[in-house]
Amino acid sequence: MQRFAQLYQRLERSTAANDKLAALMAYLNTAEDNDMAWAIWLLNGGKLSTAKNKLATTRELREWIATESHIPLWLVEECYEQVGDLAETVTLLFDEPTRKYADRSLTEWIENILLPSANRDESARREVIVAAWRELDFSQRFVFNKFLLGNLRVGVSRGVLQKALASIFDLDVSIIAQRMLGAWEPTSAFVATLRDESSTGMETSAAYPFYLASPIGKNIETLGPISDWLLEWKWDGIRLQLILREQQTVLWSRGEERMDERFPEIENSAAMLPVDCVIDGELLAWGDGDNPHPFSVLQTRIQRRKPGAKTLSTAPVHMLAYDLLELNGEDLRQQPLSIRRERLIELLASCNPPAIQISPEVVAASWQQATELRTQSRERGVEGLMVKRRSSFYLHGRKRGDWWKWKVDPLTIDAVLIYAQSGSGRRSTLFTDYTFGVWDNEQLVPIAKAYSGLTDDEILQLDRWIRANTTERFGPVRAVNVEHVFELAFEGVNKSSRHKSGIAVRFPRILRWRHDKNAAQADHLKTLAALAR
Amino acid sequence: MSDRELIVVNKNGMYCPAGDFYIDPWAPVERAVITHGHSDHSRVGMGEYYATRAGLPILQWRLGEQNFHSYDYGESFTLGSAIISFHPAGHVLGSAQVRIEHDGHVCVVSGDYKRQPDPSCAPFEVIRCDTFITEATFALPIYRWPDTALVARDIVAWVDECKQNGEAAILYCYALGKAQRLLAELARTSADAVYLHGAMLRGVDIYRAAGIDMIETHAVIDEARTGNFAGKLILAPPSAAGSPWLRRFRKAQQGFASGWMSIRGNRRRRNLDRGFVISDHADWPALLRTINETGAKKIIATHGNTDALVRLLNEQGTNASIFQTSNLLQTESGEDD
Repeated sequence: MQRFAQLYQRLERSTAANDKLAALMAYLNTAEDNDMAWAIWLLNGGKLSTAKNKLATTRELREWIATESHIPLWLVEECYEQVGDLAETVTLLFDEPTRKYADRSLTEWIENILLPSANRDESARREVIVAAWRELDFSQRFVFNKFLLGNLRVGVSRGVLQKALASIFDLDVSIIAQRMLGAWEPTSAFVATLRDESSTGMETSAAYPFYLASPIGKNIETLGPISDWLLEWKWDGIRLQLILREQQTVLWSRGEERMDERFPEIENSAAMLPVDCVIDGELLAWGDGDNPHPFSVLQTRIQRRKPGAKTLSTAPVHMLAYDLLELNGEDLRQQPLSIRRERLIELLASCNPPAIQISPEVVAASWQQATELRTQSRERGVEGLMVKRRSSFYLHGRKRGDWWKWKVDPLTIDAVLIYAQSGSGRRSTLFTDYTFGVWDNEQLVPIAKAYSGLTDDEILQLDRWIRANTTERFGPVRAVNVEHVFELAFEGVNKSSRHKSGIAVRFPRILRWRHDKNAAQADHLKTLAALAR
Repeated sequence: MSDRELIVVNKNGMYCPAGDFYIDPWAPVERAVITHGHSDHSRVGMGEYYATRAGLPILQWRLGEQNFHSYDYGESFTLGSAIISFHPAGHVLGSAQVRIEHDGHVCVVSGDYKRQPDPSCAPFEVIRCDTFITEATFALPIYRWPDTALVARDIVAWVDECKQNGEAAILYCYALGKAQRLLAELARTSADAVYLHGAMLRGVDIYRAAGIDMIETHAVIDEARTGNFAGKLILAPPSAAGSPWLRRFRKAQQGFASGWMSIRGNRRRRNLDRGFVISDHADWPALLRTINETGAKKIIATHGNTDALVRLLNEQGTNASIFQTSNLLQTESGEDD
């Protein structure tokens, strides 16, 4: 467990993806298979303590640590408020071991100590856990307490974890990604499957890394003659790679997640394609109208496997195809976009799959005309324009120069700070999660939560103000005096029955602190409601 | 002393009516008794200053030439009808607790203090008293300091790690007290010279002149602008973080030495690579132990997490209350840790 605790510490300290990757590889390279299986499970977001497998509740942990450290429960609570993380609070409150204990492996802790105590009565579980606290040093105790409380959340993305595994097993990352799909047990047998070098048809599903566009931060005219560029609408859906090889369809999201079985419309249409191919495009919810449904409709589909007839009819999906990466086994990525697109159009025209269509070109004779067209974005339900160099190759990752996203300026509104909550992770000691409201007659109705947009100095200033101006507490949330106004930016407004305000704003963030306005001058709900689609 | 308190708080700070003087006042007053040289305890604009002899060079550096009266630890003097003496607080060089006696009643104002050994200043001395006014900067049970020698070893290991990566190791710490304590601790642990930000130089000189044994130091500014700092430990004040001064180091890791580094969130939100838990304040066990050892019947807490400490003491049957110091003094990461 010492080594796993060290790994946790290294992952938690580093902010660079490369450091995290190096730390993971160093651990995985030397870990025993069973430890490796548990490590992958935990880093992948797996939990040991679940409703079915009860190890300790947060209330029990508070009570046990209060008794063990001889302090009243309210003082545990005060400490927790200062620290902002229960696992860390419990770890800080316990005395360091007075002697050194022999290291037990991660597997031993989990399989021989923790899991056998699950669901036993409180005193039995308490005995096991307090005994563990007594022999674990600070960094191990902290990780151990994280096990009790849910997932590790150490900031390792699935992608980095898969990359580390791919690298130590010398396999393609999409193979690792595929082998980690679905339900698997954290055992050494699983690790053996993961590192299996024989290629049992796995490669047929391998995806290409996505090429990502960069926001254009400069005057669009600097791109040179518009004839060199292909313009398309910037769709507000999710990026999707459709792979058809040997009559098998595989769908990959940008999060390197397999999306099979979720979008039968797309899979049925893919079955109509006459040859093997790999298509890059956007998944959208789209009914019969001229415009796509808002993103919130698509959201009802994303996580749903095998959707029923009702879902299929209320939120039908469409793929707008914009690139062809492979055709008939031939990798086209080193061909210019103009050629790839031509072949994509021919391919789709040969079979007319109903749920897969070309993302149409937006024709503009000049940048000025393009700028005018872009102003239609909101009413069309798109985020702006994509601007791609016609001669561009299909690169991977975010490479500046050839693919640009040219989004419309965000909508803005002035809203009043009404609630605050401490952040998590590196912001756990400050009030950084804000809820904002706008006026609905005489009342402020919450319309958005925002976490980002203030400078560090402003965060500190606001934190002090919040502490001095709390009017009420609801658990971790504080209601504050109605005073400060902030200008919020957001990408759009959707109607919503789940929100008290009747609307939901997309990607709200703070633009600036309006010291020049008082609360009465903030905006009204009806202004926002008028924008909702 | 039931009808008249020996120490009260008014808009200028803690005041002793019997002696007509203030302790560490935050507004200009005629007579100021000063516990130590940190800027939230000693300010310009007072008529007369009463301070320790050991702390005088620091006050002269911080405040310039003033009307100072200085005394040895344990030496008594009289102001009005109060008898006053200074006693070591173990916080920084020359730091003192103030003992005030009047009418057979003894009150001790702790100033900032710690109980951990510190090679750069005189150790805290327990003074028996009736009323003990204690600081409470770290008055929660989560604050329990590790052995300083172990932390110094961690710092040396970190510098080694930086050396292997070709990085400089920039350690932020307060320029008065913490820096010199670290240099004195490192003299026992390491052989490599330490480099100093300009704001550190004067304080280090003062400590050396006072005979404190510290590791060899050089000024960063004396190295050529292109100097190679890879694998070198550099001490800088927290205010240097994010400043253009850092550019010369090209590749560097940044750490912070402070009691606040006990909590991960404090380190993470500053985007620091490392936090080293080393504080010049009393931790939770030291606060409880000290309160007990003074034998005081009445405890007054000031500075920091006073509420929790006072509530706990009252629940345990000790008469405890709070001195509300001005918001200006609530320095979460102020100079004085």
